[in-house]
Amino acid sequence: MKNRRTVVFAGCVAVLGLAPLFLDAYWTDVLNNIGIYAILALSLNLIVGHAGLFNLGHAAFYAVGAYTAAILNTTYHIPVLSLLPVCGFTAGLFALVVARPIIRLRGDYLCIVTIGVGEIVRIALINNLFGITGGANGIFGISRPSLFGCVIRSPKQFYYFIWIFVGVTVILFHLLEYSRVGRALNYLREDEVAAEGSGINTAHYKLTAFVLGAAWAGMAGNIYAAKMSIISPESFTFWESVLIFAIVILGGSGSIPGVLLGAFLVIGLPEVFRQFGSARMLMFGAAMIVMMIFRPQGLLPARRRAYRLDRLPSGRGGA
Amino acid sequence: MELFAQQFTNGLAVGGIYALIALGYTMVYGVLKLINFAHGDLFTLGAYLGLTLVTSWLLSGLGPLWGTVLLVVMVMGMIAAVGVLLDRVAYRPLRESPRLSAVVSALGASIFLQNAVMLIYGARQQVYPPNILPKLALSFLGLQIPLVRIIVLCASLAMMGILYFFVQKTRIGTAIRAAAIDQGAARLMGIDVNRIILMVFMIGPAMGGAAGLLVGLYYGQINFTMGWTYGLKAFTAAILGGIGNIPGAMMGGLLLGVIESLGAAYISLAYKDAITFLVLIMILIFRPTGLLGERVAEKV
Repeated sequence: MKNRRTVVFAGCVAVLGLAPLFLDAYWTDVLNNIGIYAILALSLNLIVGHAGLFNLGHAAFYAVGAYTAAILNTTYHIPVLSLLPVCGFTAGLFALVVARPIIRLRGDYLCIVTIGVGEIVRIALINNLFGITGGANGIFGISRPSLFGCVIRSPKQFYYFIWIFVGVTVILFHLLEYSRVGRALNYLREDEVAAEGSGINTAHYKLTAFVLGAAWAGMAGNIYAAKMSIISPESFTFWESVLIFAIVILGGSGSIPGVLLGAFLVIGLPEVFRQFGSARMLMFGAAMIVMMIFRPQGLLPARRRAYRLDRLPSGRGGA
Repeated sequence: MELFAQQFTNGLAVGGIYALIALGYTMVYGVLKLINFAHGDLFTLGAYLGLTLVTSWLLSGLGPLWGTVLLVVMVMGMIAAVGVLLDRVAYRPLRESPRLSAVVSALGASIFLQNAVMLIYGARQQVYPPNILPKLALSFLGLQIPLVRIIVLCASLAMMGILYFFVQKTRIGTAIRAAAIDQGAARLMGIDVNRIILMVFMIGPAMGGAAGLLVGLYYGQINFTMGWTYGLKAFTAAILGGIGNIPGAMMGGLLLGVIESLGAAYISLAYKDAITFLVLIMILIFRPTGLLGERVAEKV
């Protein structure tokens, strides 16, 4: 079992590593988009899948990251990639300010508040907030990112840059899942009252997951800005949040391989449906319903945690 | 004062429309605990079906009274049928599934319906014939209020009144409320919950379809994406009043319409929608379950 998973994992990495050698620029760019959405969906998975918070406004944090990168790069000419932590920080800080008073709201109330935050951010960007967001036209002329002195320009170079970032994200989030924070989140998602009763500060852990997820979305925003070199409010609509949310639920809430597969399906399917012309999105909507009916738990649902008793550290957690 | 009165009455008319749509969200939520994201697109469909009927030969032979009655009944009936179909196809197979799966199914249904309307009617915005209602304005305490505004407000208030009576006084209404409070207990009392769900998916969309018709009359133009915006506003209204609560949705809708209209006039037109959401967030911080929502004890 363990061996088979390793083989599948190695196979996927090998295919992804070699893919751009066989693809033209168009399909490489599709894979780049899938990569960016994979990062976004992994970050939302932390909020929806692990903390169980109903967030339909993830595009807001993505936008904060992208605009931070764009503004600081175009006005102060700071290299885009060195802004990665800054973008994560601003998006995380914004999430902290927004989520702090509302984190205790019940599921569906939280949903409308996150939608509202997403809309407020988008409207503020369109109306050229503080005169620095460029209004409906957005910001253009963001410089190309460079790594160790070589400029990332072609789709192929971006491909390796984005997918290495996806890989790093997967490894870090996997480690997080099995850390103390991950276990606490798992507990509170399964049974919030019991978790609280066992001394887990649920509001604190929910907020941690929310801010961390938002910060990661901010970094995805940085990569998006660097890749496009032009950003505008229409890239950060409610529709974006819906797509990211659909990736997480369709793929399998709480499961990293599921979310990655979900990104391929949700971003890849409209490309496959291109042959249907203007009925493309109609097919996409129908596909969302059908997939949900046949796989209500998602394509690759999260597996229940199992811990072997003889491997547990002795002297703790005993009856 | 003149500006205030005009904006206030306009807000009430728009709020009446929001309230009608919000009823569909809140009734479905009450029974199924599901946010029906496709509801806004049923509303759009109502507006387009209304346009087709208004411009067709079907109603031209009848007098204004019977023509209006037939128009309203047909739009509400057809949208109710679509609502029931939607439940059968997209929601019923997911009753026992995780709640967020049904949400994604609802979002998929919304995309499907929106694009279906676009493919049938075209992506350009459509215009209701301008001569349906006489261009009159009524004088009231020195105020000139357009006739259409009064008709829209009266129509939505009348429909809300009928629904309120139906839900509070009739046996089926009582059953709907019982199923919303506790489905299991309602089933034990001999209520056929599946029939209640069917009723809810007829009444909610019928109200939404009627709201679509009113928007067509009020603004004169409709487009296939308006379901997103109106749906979002109406959902906000339902949450504002306390989701699952029928009088709450009516109050929330009217309140939201007035806030939005006054906010646009006195604070900022560009930030109109942002103000609405800001008010919602403020209210939820101080009353986490909406204005009329009851505090639900967390299960232990």
